[in-house]
Formats: sequence, structure tokens, C-alpha cells
Amino acid sequence: MASCKFNDDIIIDVLKEIGNIGSGNAVTALASMLSKKVKMSVPKVRIIDFKQVPTILGGEEEIVVGIYLYLNEDVEGNIMFVLDIKSAQNLLEMLLNKKIKEFDEISISALSEVGNIVASSYVNSLSTLTGLKISVSIPSIAIDMAGAILSVPAIQFGFIADQALFIETVFEEGAHSVKGNLFLLPDIYSFKKMLYGLGVL
Amino acid sequence: MKIVKVRMADLKAIKAPGILTTLGLGSCVGIALYEKVNKVAGLAHAMLPSSKEITNNENKAKFVDTAIELLVEKMVKKGAIERYIVAKVVGGSQMFTFNTMNNVLKIGERNVMATKMKLKEMGIEIISEDTGGNYGRTIELDSQNGSLLVKTIGHGTKII
Repeated sequence: MASCKFNDDIIIDVLKEIGNIGSGNAVTALASMLSKKVKMSVPKVRIIDFKQVPTILGGEEEIVVGIYLYLNEDVEGNIMFVLDIKSAQNLLEMLLNKKIKEFDEISISALSEVGNIVASSYVNSLSTLTGLKISVSIPSIAIDMAGAILSVPAIQFGFIADQALFIETVFEEGAHSVKGNLFLLPDIYSFKKMLYGLGVL
Repeated sequence: MKIVKVRMADLKAIKAPGILTTLGLGSCVGIALYEKVNKVAGLAHAMLPSSKEITNNENKAKFVDTAIELLVEKMVKKGAIERYIVAKVVGGSQMFTFNTMNNVLKIGERNVMATKMKLKEMGIEIISEDTGGNYGRTIELDSQNGSLLVKTIGHGTKII
């Protein structure tokens, strides 16, 4: 079995491109949902040591929103969308047209749906480019300490490597800015299949 | 007061005074060991139940079984007497829920079970625990008296 380190430039470029297309699709879906113009920056794709992950999000005790979905069929694994509290509030203001102080049932459901759209858009572009059939589960959401939420993907990755693939997308609508962080966690066999499907292995 | 931070898949042992802390425990398990005669404290933040299930297992602190062994070893080096060591177990929550749960998602529960088994095997008594649930925890172990502070978001703060 090939080692699962993402140190190959070509692999990173390909994953970056998928990140680009996936984020583009996600933003298009959001814009049509909002009937508003949404701007998006070029996503940052990074390969990071899982110990550094909470630091990126402002520390282990920072409260974040995590939306988690699992993948099956040709690719097995998980995908997680993480928002800091400010981004989650901005996103809800865009969607619901009102100031959000506390996360009630409607806001939680709206956030899950956005997580669902973002993750599915990403998975769709991955599926199209690899020719692999990938289905996505319904989303599960948690609002808690970054360390605790990220322990879930970190553990998944702990089985195969000490690194994670991390995609950061910033999008804006008017004065609202939202920074979304996406973690893709295929299992080791699926990862090899994906790279093979993409023609880089 | 000296505060020593234990990260994910990490472990530390200190002799009093000082506090060992680990932030944002989710499905991972926090294993706090204490030897009160010599005031030696140890804390591990382990991610996975067993080093035997996986080939990529160089980092001993990542797995419950090897982390406990290594932590006891480190505490003994700091002057602890092994048979006086007692344990407190925290974490192992399930952050996300799905209808169909596979083993990987139940990892929190499995981490706690593995911890209890390993401690029993090594003859270390568990004197208190705060495990399970669906929320994160931050813990602080005081090496002066072995008290363990558990902090959460929306689920209170307590000393166990």
C-alpha cells in the first residue's frame, strides 16, 4: 500500500483544483438560494499536521460549528465543514435576513443545510473528475469547542496518517464575510482509488 | 503556578507544583494519573483505543494502551511509586450522531472501554470519571492534590 502522505505537488494541485471547482459550485448554489451575488476567493488548500488543526481555528477552546457527513459507495470516508461563530452568524444573517444572537432550531437547521450544500458540491466535483460514484449521508451538526469537534476527523485520520487535507474558502455577500473550512477524509483505500481516478497515481 | 499543556496524542508527567491541562477533549480520552505520596501527576490525551489495530503506531501517546504504559513509566522516573498511582478518566464523548453508526463513530465509547481495561490490567484503580455525552471538555489536573477540574460549554464545570 502506498503511503498516504500528501507531499506530492501534482496531487496537491489536483486536490486544489477540485477544491476550486467544488467551492465554485457551492457558492453558485448559495447565490441561487439567496438570489444575491456572492463573491468567492480562491480556496487555500493545505496539508497540515492534525496537531495544528485547532490552532487554525483559533485554539482548542474556541467555539465552532461543525457539520459532518460521511461518504460511501466507491469512496468511503468523511467530509467536515467547520465555521467559526462569527462566520456562522454572518451566514445566518445572509440566509434569514435577521441578526442572530443564539442558535435556535431554525438556525441550526439552516447551518446543516449549508454544510450539506458545500460538502455535496465538493463531493460532486470529486465524483465527476474521478468517475467514481460517491454518495453523501445526511449532515450531523455540533456546536462546541474546536478541539472536541476536530477530534472526530483527527481520529479518522489517525488511522491512516498524521496529516489532514484542509480547504479554506472565503465568500462574501455585501458586508457579510464567511470563512468556511472543509476537511476531506477519505479512508486509505478510497484515497488511492481517487488519485488513480484522477490520473495522478 | 506552572501550567503544562498536553496536546492531542500527547502525554506529560510532572512533580508538584504545577498543573497539567488538555483542551477540548471530544471523542478522545483524557487519562489523569496521580500518585499522592510523592505528588507526581501524569496526563495523557489519547485518540484511539489500541495500538495493535493499526500499523502506523509509532506515536505511543496516540493509543490508549501504549499511552498508559508510557505515562506510568514517565511518572516513575519523576519519583512516583507505581502501586500508589490512581486514575481519573474523562472524555470519550460522541460529538456527532447518525442513524447508522459504525465503529469509527463510536470511538469515544471504545476509547473509554479500552482505558478501563488497560488500567484494570495494570492494577490501577479508577477513583472518578466523567465520560460520554455529546460535548467537549477541558481538564486541569492539579499536581498538589490530584484534583481534576472539568470545564464544558453549556454543561457546567466540576471537580472530580
